[in-house]
Amino acid sequence: MSATPLLELRGIDKSFGPVQVLRDVALAAHAGEVTALVGDNGAGKSTLVKCISGIYPADAGEFLFDGRPVSINSPRDAATLGIEVVYQDLALCDNLDIVQNMFLGREKHSGLVLDEPTMEQMAAETLAGLSVRTVKSLRQHVSSLSGGQRQTVAIAKAVLWNSKLVILDEPTAALGVAQTAQVLELVRRLADNGLAVVLISHNMNDVFAVSDRVAALYLGQMVAQVKTTDITHSQVVELITAGRSGNLGLTGEPVTAGNGAGPADTTAGGVR
Amino acid sequence: MTTTAVRKEGPAAVTPPPTVGSHLRGYWGRVRGGDIGALPAVLGLIVLCTVFSVMRPSFLTAGNFANLFTQGAAVTLIAMGLVFVLLLGEIDLSAGFASGVCAAVLANVATKAGYPWYVAVLAAILTGVVIGTVLGFLVAKIGIPSFVVTLAGFLAFQGIVLMLISGGANISVNDEVLVAIANRNLPPTLGWALAAIAIGGYAAVQLLRHRKRLSRGLTTDPMAVVLARIGGLTLILGIAVYILNQERSRNVLINSLKGVPIVVPVIAVLLIVWTFVLQRTSYGRHVYAVGGNKEAARRAGINVDKIRISVFVICSSMAAIGGIVAASRANSVDPNTGGSNVLLYAVGAAVIGGTSLFGGKGRVLDAVLGGAVVAVIDNGMGLMGYSAGVKYVVTGVVLLLAASVDALSRRRASASGTR
Repeated sequence: MSATPLLELRGIDKSFGPVQVLRDVALAAHAGEVTALVGDNGAGKSTLVKCISGIYPADAGEFLFDGRPVSINSPRDAATLGIEVVYQDLALCDNLDIVQNMFLGREKHSGLVLDEPTMEQMAAETLAGLSVRTVKSLRQHVSSLSGGQRQTVAIAKAVLWNSKLVILDEPTAALGVAQTAQVLELVRRLADNGLAVVLISHNMNDVFAVSDRVAALYLGQMVAQVKTTDITHSQVVELITAGRSGNLGLTGEPVTAGNGAGPADTTAGGVR
Repeated sequence: MTTTAVRKEGPAAVTPPPTVGSHLRGYWGRVRGGDIGALPAVLGLIVLCTVFSVMRPSFLTAGNFANLFTQGAAVTLIAMGLVFVLLLGEIDLSAGFASGVCAAVLANVATKAGYPWYVAVLAAILTGVVIGTVLGFLVAKIGIPSFVVTLAGFLAFQGIVLMLISGGANISVNDEVLVAIANRNLPPTLGWALAAIAIGGYAAVQLLRHRKRLSRGLTTDPMAVVLARIGGLTLILGIAVYILNQERSRNVLINSLKGVPIVVPVIAVLLIVWTFVLQRTSYGRHVYAVGGNKEAARRAGINVDKIRISVFVICSSMAAIGGIVAASRANSVDPNTGGSNVLLYAVGAAVIGGTSLFGGKGRVLDAVLGGAVVAVIDNGMGLMGYSAGVKYVVTGVVLLLAASVDALSRRRASASGTR
């Protein structure tokens, strides 16, 4: 485990008009680790991801990337840093093939013309690097792929660009058992290849199957960030639903939570 | 996983080298899966030509063959532009009268103001660009459905044509070059030369790509298939040029009439240019992407609005070229230029050729094949002595048939998972 996290957020606030969605949120993602981001519906997971990926600017707070402070104001800033997001609804074009989808918006050229052989080779190498062997041809349309294969293409698209941090928004939500296992295996492999992975999931089995750390959001506050081995299934559920579990989570009343999250974080996220 | 093929170590996409058999099986599999492309248009063309040739031997003469090209040219050119709009799942109902407006501008600049032909052509195409920009802006930036915007354009442009040719009198087009576009032929030797260049160019592109992919170790179509494609093009172009180079004048003493009509290379060049743009540039890739999944395209960093405006610009510019050809063929511009059935024939041509009305699927070649079907129906039924009424009904039925094929193949494709 590296000493400095690849991405560290401190004190992130975000409001939409009168509604404060994120309150003093801290999050650390380490290279080579899968950090599971859990929380109930409306806890602020998606908003947090959108702040990281530059879709929403955060109102307050610090972003540290590789230890140095950065500002992320647009998706392009995030992409330049090497942050890629794989969205829940995939964002693939059905009428294009695998290579075309992986390079969409960032095509390789030789002169004015698309450089198809180079793109096809790079796509093949990326998929091989992820040990993906289930696609028959790189030139088949994405529409002919199964859900798991599509998710694989979406993830491969994210890692194609030498990205350092990949955020996966519920990658297994729509998949069957076998396909879920396959995608989780791929998620694990990303981390093993040295990437920092943030996995958003509702599924406790998924969380415990692949993650190294669990970060729990409750009503816009980060109530705990702990190693997965130090926490039980039911504790995570308690954190998600009540914001506290034993000595983990919120210490004060959840309503006055603004100052409660700080101490909770130090107990939870520190060196254990 | 649904795919049974779990291979040993190695790159993801290593498949056994394809053979002619596997290539054909792959094609047949795609057709059965609902990805039928231009197959109905090609089959329809063969059936129609056979029927008309049997019923009216005059259909199968060199003179009539040449007529088909000049008759279908304007509609085909407009349809080529429409393919871009249809690829985004939009529609341009104003393309017909936009071509009329551009033709009226052409006639005004060339005949009334007396400028040389190239100024008139440029003015007409610029008019098309302006029309397309306005339509595209209204659709992409204001957010009015393209159906409504272009329906309004359909009405308004009809009025503009009337105003431009001051209330109904027609303006003749006398410029030698402008008249030549749709009424003159290439010298036979030039026809052969252009055909040779086209075949040579196609062969070079195909063989170079084959070699490049082989040297990189990527899967390629088998050499036999590549050669068959080149041979097929050689055969088609060879026969067409040979027939068009026959003498078609009824009385050779009065005037000689032979050679490839000038509109044919015009259409061919535009077909090559737009096919290149759609298949080989990132712009074309982005058009398909926006047509397939707008949200995915946006997230990939594609400027969706710019793409949407640009397809309307291309469509209206191609309509302008169609208008120029129509004006050339009629030697004049009247209030009905680009009116009556021109737009419907053009939309029909694109859809019959295999362009999907749902967006994301289609090629410029589709417009040419579909345009050929429409021209053959129009021409053949005319030869058989049917009235305009019957022709409209038949063309309407054929369009419905093509749209049903599109919708059904789409359903089949979503069932079989190939779309």
